[in-house]
Amino acid sequence: MLNHRLIKDKTAQAVMYIFTCVAILMVFAVGYGLYRESAPLFKISSVWDLTSSNEWKPLSQQFGFASFIMGTIWVTTLAIAWVLPISLMTAVYLTEYAHSRVKRYVFPALDILAGLPSVIYGVWGALLIVPWVANKIAPLFDVTTTGYNILSASIVLGVMCLPLLVSLFIEIFSSIPSDLREASLALGATRWQTTKKVVLRKSLPGIIASVVLAVSRALGETIAVLMVVGGGVNMPHSPFDSANPLPALIASYFSEMMSLPICMSALMFAALVLFVVVFVFNLVSRIVLYRIEKTFV
Amino acid sequence: MRKRLFIEELFAKALMAFSTFVVFVFVFSIVSTIIKYGWHALSWELVSQLPTGGFYLGKGGGFLNAIVGSLYIVGASTILGLTISIPIVFFLNVYLTPQSKFGYAARLAFDILFGVPSIVYGAFAFSIMIYLGMKASLLGGIVVVTLLIIPIFIRTMDETARNFPRDLLDATYSLGATRWETLWIIVRQIAPGIATATLLSIGRAIGDAAGVMLTTGFNDSIPTSLSDQTASLPLTVFFLWQTPSRAVQERAYAAALVLTLIVLALSILGRLISNKFSKNKL
Repeated sequence: MLNHRLIKDKTAQAVMYIFTCVAILMVFAVGYGLYRESAPLFKISSVWDLTSSNEWKPLSQQFGFASFIMGTIWVTTLAIAWVLPISLMTAVYLTEYAHSRVKRYVFPALDILAGLPSVIYGVWGALLIVPWVANKIAPLFDVTTTGYNILSASIVLGVMCLPLLVSLFIEIFSSIPSDLREASLALGATRWQTTKKVVLRKSLPGIIASVVLAVSRALGETIAVLMVVGGGVNMPHSPFDSANPLPALIASYFSEMMSLPICMSALMFAALVLFVVVFVFNLVSRIVLYRIEKTFV
Repeated sequence: MRKRLFIEELFAKALMAFSTFVVFVFVFSIVSTIIKYGWHALSWELVSQLPTGGFYLGKGGGFLNAIVGSLYIVGASTILGLTISIPIVFFLNVYLTPQSKFGYAARLAFDILFGVPSIVYGAFAFSIMIYLGMKASLLGGIVVVTLLIIPIFIRTMDETARNFPRDLLDATYSLGATRWETLWIIVRQIAPGIATATLLSIGRAIGDAAGVMLTTGFNDSIPTSLSDQTASLPLTVFFLWQTPSRAVQERAYAAALVLTLIVLALSILGRLISNKFSKNKL
């Protein structure tokens, strides 16, 4: 009887162990699978040529990803640049200042933002942001644009990153012991001084890690960006140019390029680049965030 | 000096109020835009009928195929995801000690998987499908969405399970139960966590477009087998929106409204569940 129960326990342990291992191995499987499919591309040009060249002529087997990589960098940088101060101030307000009654309204609002599907953001961007950029913002800079450009994409992308950043910041700020705040307040510092010189300074590593995490989330956003960024293969030079970031490139060329194996490899290479960058960013920022969790709890 | 500090404080407060206000502006702007454009385009015909031949050119029909397709994908992947992730969460929290190095590595791996974009999962699943000689199908979509939501399941449930009182575990052991036999006690205790995780995953699964775009293809009728191509709501919104005709684009707004309403309902339900259980927490 006892034996029977122990066997059951050990079997369950073994099965679950295998489950967990397989799930962990998924990380490597994804990397390897993408590498395997993009390998034919490495035979015709080196990784350096692929990422630094600007020539995109699939039919003559020239694959230069430089303009797509630049597009990705433009859109992501602009998005994080405007959303970082907003999310930081919102998180400070919610943890340091706000009454719990305010929180009861803000958290559901953030929940809604976090839950809305990418394609909804795309529709909203195309209906509201694109005309706004074309008719209101572009004339300020003496530019004519359709509105389908980097600026619109970064506005939409920023809103999508907002809930993630705010929730990460709130977690970091609330992990800071309130003794530190009280010590600063007791010495006569104002609330904002305390926030600035104690809370923000103490949580700087966490803030940086969160930003890296948000950047890696922004890098992979596909449909919403695809719907407002304009597309094309030209190298972008200003926020009013259209671009084609890597995920949008994969989605937009997917159906037409599937038939040619070498073109398929090119798209798989784009996915591989995304995966490697996201992997490194996530790995580093998660390790930093784990450390922070440990030191304060 | 005093005055400068006072002004700085006021200025900081104003900035914070503005930032928080901006969050509300965005939520209101997105939801009201979708409702405004979607409401008058939405009709019973659109949600209850399959598309006819010229649906994408402005002729009659609806997008029932997409609604049912999304339901199939989400339903199957949620069940698969739960059966895979509950044992993993159980293993991490009962069989491993909180200090375990393996547990640390596993959690790190799941956090990384959580960050992998759905288009990358789509490309990966597509590469497997080429390898196995499969075509775009419902099965491919289910696999991609399952891959996408397993990390969400594990992370959300693990967060609840980690706060699970160890005393309760010790109590079951002292009564002579094996670790396996405590499973049901734990599952019952983290049930609200499982519910929240399920709703979160469904929300994410139903809204995913990038992954299914590469793996499920598209279909004007309801799939009858796992190897059939399948339509899904987000892709229907995207394809309808891409058409040049304004009348057809209106249908995209209607489909977007349906999708938004589903996601909003899930979000409200999730809030209700977590509120209800956090009140009675030990």
